[in-house]
Amino acid sequence: MSNILIEGVTKIYADKARGREVTALTEVSLEVRRNDFVCLLGPSGCGKSTLLNMIAGFEKPTTGRIVVDGIEVSGPGADRGVVFQQANLMPWLPVWENVAFHLKMRGAMKAVRREQAQIYIDLVGLTGFENHYPSELSGGMNQRVGIARALLMNPGVILMDEPFGALDEQTRMDMQTELLRIWERSQGTIVFVTHGIDEALTLGDRVVVMSARPGRIAEVLPIDLPRPRDITSPHFNDVKRHILSLLRSAPAEPAAA
Amino acid sequence: MRKMLSFRPERFVVPVLILVGWELFSRSGALPPALLPAPSTVVVAWADWVFGIDGNTQNYTGHWIGDAASSAWRVAAGFALAALVGIMLGVAIGWSRFVEVTIEPTLQMLRPIPPVSWIPLAIIWFGIADKPAIFLVFLGAFFPVLLNTIHGVKTVDRNLIRAGAMAGADQRRLLRHIVLPAAMPSIFAGLRIAIGSAWMLTVTAEMVAVKSGVGYVLWDSYYFLRYDIVIAAMASIGLLGYLSDLGIRLVMARVLHWQRGTTLQGEG
Ligand SMILES: Nc1ncnc2c1ncn2[C@@H]1O[C@H](COP(=O)(O)OP(=O)(O)O)[C@@H](O)[C@H]1O
Ligand SMILES: [Mg+2]
Repeated sequence: MSNILIEGVTKIYADKARGREVTALTEVSLEVRRNDFVCLLGPSGCGKSTLLNMIAGFEKPTTGRIVVDGIEVSGPGADRGVVFQQANLMPWLPVWENVAFHLKMRGAMKAVRREQAQIYIDLVGLTGFENHYPSELSGGMNQRVGIARALLMNPGVILMDEPFGALDEQTRMDMQTELLRIWERSQGTIVFVTHGIDEALTLGDRVVVMSARPGRIAEVLPIDLPRPRDITSPHFNDVKRHILSLLRSAPAEPAAA
Repeated sequence: MRKMLSFRPERFVVPVLILVGWELFSRSGALPPALLPAPSTVVVAWADWVFGIDGNTQNYTGHWIGDAASSAWRVAAGFALAALVGIMLGVAIGWSRFVEVTIEPTLQMLRPIPPVSWIPLAIIWFGIADKPAIFLVFLGAFFPVLLNTIHGVKTVDRNLIRAGAMAGADQRRLLRHIVLPAAMPSIFAGLRIAIGSAWMLTVTAEMVAVKSGVGYVLWDSYYFLRYDIVIAAMASIGLLGYLSDLGIRLVMARVLHWQRGTTLQGEG
C-alpha cells in the first residue's frame, strides 16, 4: 500500500522582491510505498526541497494534494520526521535534550526523556556526548543528533533534505553506511533529497530523477540491487550514464521560461 | 566567568592616577576647597554616611544602607515590572502580526516622550513616595526591553521553528521552548540597557519627587553646599549601578551558558 501519495502537485511561489511568480514544481505525481527508501535526485533549483517541505507540511501545494497514511497533509506533524541540511538543533539544549525534544513537547518527564534519548544516542554512535552542546560538536556529529531526533519520534516517514550535503566525502560515506544500517534495523519510509548521483544510487530503492525549469519528475528508476552496493560496477555506470543524460537534456530551455 | 572576575593590576593604573591628580589639584588651592572636595574628604564623608563615624554628615550619618536600599527597591520594582511586561508584550508583538498592528503604533508614539517629562503627571497620579519613582523607572526600562525582545523574536531562525513544529510543538510550546530561548541573547541586551535607565530615572525621581534615597541625599546636600556628600552620592550611584549590571551579567552567563565564548568575550 502507498504511504505517501503525491497527486498533481504544482507549487508557485510569489517572488515579492521582483513582483513575479516562480513556478518551483509543475504537475508532480508520485507514490511511495511503506518502508521504501526513495531518493529525489536533481540539479539545484529543480524543486527538491520544495517537494520535501510540502510533504513535511512546511509549505502548501498551490494545486494538487499530498496524502500521508490516508490523511491529507495540512501542516507539520510528528508522524513525519525531518532531517535538515543544516542540523537545525536548538543551540541552548544539550545533545540528549535535542534528541528527546519531541517527548518534551508531549510533556514527558525528564527521566523518561533521558532514558529514551540514550537509546537513540547510542544508535547513532554518539554515546558519551549526551551533555555536549551543538556548538561543541562537528557538523557530522550534529547531523547524527538530527537523525536521532527524527528517529526518536518513531515516525512512519523520515524526510531528509541533503542531510550529508555539508559533510566531507569520508564522513558522508560513513554516514550513508550508518543510515542504511539504522534503516534496515528500524524500518520506515525514507524520502532522501540529494544532488549526488552516487549518493542516490548507494541509498535508494528507487531514484526519482527531477529536472528544472519547471521542476518536474523526469523518470523514476528502480534500483533492485542488494546493499551494500558497489557503485563502481559496470551496471552502475550504465545507470549513471542514463541519469546523466536525463539531467543534461533538462535545462536546455531558456532560463526566462 | 573566571575571566570576568580575574585580577589584572594594570586595570587600576588610570583610576589611581586620576584620584592622585585630583587630590593634589584640590589641595593646591587653585579652587576653593568647598567647590571641588578632595577624594580624601569625600571618603571621610562617605565613611560617616555609611558607618556613622564622626557625624560629619549630620542627619545622614549612618543612613547609607537605608538610602541605598530605598533607591535599590525602586530600581528593582520598576525594572522587574518593565522586564515582565516588556518581555511578554515583546514576544506577542514579535510573534503575532495582529498584535503588532494593533499595539505597536501606540507604543511607537509614546516612545519618543522622554520618561522624565512624565514627572508632573507621575506626581499628580501617584503622590510623593515610591510609586511615582517606580512608574518612571518602569517607563525608562520598558522600551529597551520591549524593542530588544521584539527584535529577538523576529530574528529567530525560521528553521528552528520548523524543527520544533516537526517535533510536534504547538504554538504555545513553540513560543515557550523555541522562540523565547532563541530570543534570550537579545532580551538580555535589552535588560542591560534597561538597568542603566532604571538607575538614571530613580535618581532623577528622587531629586524631584521623592524625599528619600541616594538621589535625594545628592540633591539635598547640594542645597547645604556639601559637595563632598554630593560626590559620595554620585559614587554610591555608580557603585550600585555597577553591582546591578554585574548581577544581570551573572544571571545572563548562567542562562546563556550555551553561548560559551560568544557573549562574555570582550565584556566585563
Ligand atoms: N520561499 C520561496 N520563495 C520564492 N521562491 C522560492 C522559495 N523557495 C524556493 N523557491 C524557488 O523555487 C525553486 C526550487 O527551489 P528548491 O525547492 O529550493 O530547489 P532545490 O531544493 O531542488 O535546490 C527555485 O527556483 C527557488 O528559487
Ligand atoms: Mg534544496
